[in-house]
Amino acid sequence: MASATRPGGLGSWLDERLGLSALREFAAHKTVPLHSATIWYYFGGITLFLFTIQVLTGVLLLLYYRPSPTEAYESVQFIMTRVQFGWLVRSIHSWSANLMIFTAFIHMFSVVFLHSYRRPREITWLSGLVLLGLALGFGFSGYLLPWNKVSYFATKVGTDMAASVPIAGHQVARFLRGGADVGGATLTRFFGFHVAVLPGLTTLLLVVHLGLVQRHGMSSPPWSEGKKLSQMNFFPNFFLRELMAWYAALAVLGSLAALFPWELGEKADPFAPAPAGIRPEWYFLAPFYTLKLIPSHVWRVEGELLGLMGFALLAAWWVLLPFWASNSKGAVRTRWVTGAGVALLAYLVTFSLLGYFR
Amino acid sequence: MQQERRSVIRWLLGGGFAASIASFLYPAVKFINPPDMPEASVNEVSGGKTQDLKPNTGKIVKFGSKPALLVRVSDTEWRAFSAVCTHLNCTVQYSDARHQIWCACHNGSYDLNGKVVSGPPPAPLEEYAVKLRGEEVVISKRT
Repeated sequence: MASATRPGGLGSWLDERLGLSALREFAAHKTVPLHSATIWYYFGGITLFLFTIQVLTGVLLLLYYRPSPTEAYESVQFIMTRVQFGWLVRSIHSWSANLMIFTAFIHMFSVVFLHSYRRPREITWLSGLVLLGLALGFGFSGYLLPWNKVSYFATKVGTDMAASVPIAGHQVARFLRGGADVGGATLTRFFGFHVAVLPGLTTLLLVVHLGLVQRHGMSSPPWSEGKKLSQMNFFPNFFLRELMAWYAALAVLGSLAALFPWELGEKADPFAPAPAGIRPEWYFLAPFYTLKLIPSHVWRVEGELLGLMGFALLAAWWVLLPFWASNSKGAVRTRWVTGAGVALLAYLVTFSLLGYFR
Repeated sequence: MQQERRSVIRWLLGGGFAASIASFLYPAVKFINPPDMPEASVNEVSGGKTQDLKPNTGKIVKFGSKPALLVRVSDTEWRAFSAVCTHLNCTVQYSDARHQIWCACHNGSYDLNGKVVSGPPPAPLEEYAVKLRGEEVVISKRT
């Protein structure tokens, strides 16, 4: 393989040991199609960037955080009041988590509206959805870690929802809580999930997801099929633009973290009544509000169970999107999928807003 | 001219990138550095009741955040020292067989005045004053 490095130089020395020229060769051939919707290609990268920020700030927080009910709240308070830049690191971690889930949703809907899930990218879609599920798991487990009132009761409600699933529900809730109720065992468990189990699974899935993106290249929308789209070199042209997008994301993140520092709230007290206006993080608001609307019993079925069954069916329908999106001749039902995407987006936005304001 | 412009842009981009990396690293390095936690200064602690410690025995007492060693040499004679070995910060103990203070980590020993007898400790142990208030033994820093 031809090497672009000077013989005898450091580049040549590294190339011989690491095979960098193969990487360079690969980067030189990767291209990004240019069309009216190219801007949406940036959101996967931005999500990855925010995930990296999560890992880095998470590692920093680990240096001071103590996962026990007697010390968790105090240790976060210590981080925010005594450690230099502690308030900023914690605020960046919390804001970045929310922005990451937001950009992951944008990425998912852009994949839907650009129909990038279609053959042969079905597994890329599935791995992406699992990654989104893991991100929600990160959000749910991380929410409890400061051990404040709101997070304590949100976890109680969240794990109780799992308990209402027939047959295995109680076992699942018990597994999540590490016992019969939310307590110290839950905190230790959630900490373990948050800093070990979920990061491990996410890294594995990220390798699969990014590997598949490389394997199949960037997808072009169906309306451009048959047309000769102009292409942009991934490296350095697209990469530098992506880098600018990361800087823009960082500017938004930095501004939010500095201007609206993430609050700690009051310490959790298992024997205190739940505070008024309790609600989960914004990305769980739509199902939360839906469950609020369902009466306690519909015919003879428990309302909560009916709601959960509905969510399960909705999730299964969404996961299987690449498989029902094509007709028997292999043509993509773009109108159906776009309609489904718009309907889901409208439901999520409307119910999240209702859940927030009512 | 074209080459010059390219070089300026490269410097601007590279410089901006380096400056932003430095601005991320600065708070991270400051964060890693643990804050100073001034301990509430302790000048006096109780060493327990006189009858709790037999002659030719010693015990470790909490003196603020550090350990102190209280030794009852005889019925009437009491001694107290910082129990932190001056070699590498291990906690020392009283050896009733040798009538010395001994550090198990590197076999350093001190006499009952806190002076180094043998082993690697480079300096004597800090000695505290011991007073009896009725039946209570009180250890205090020497002024």
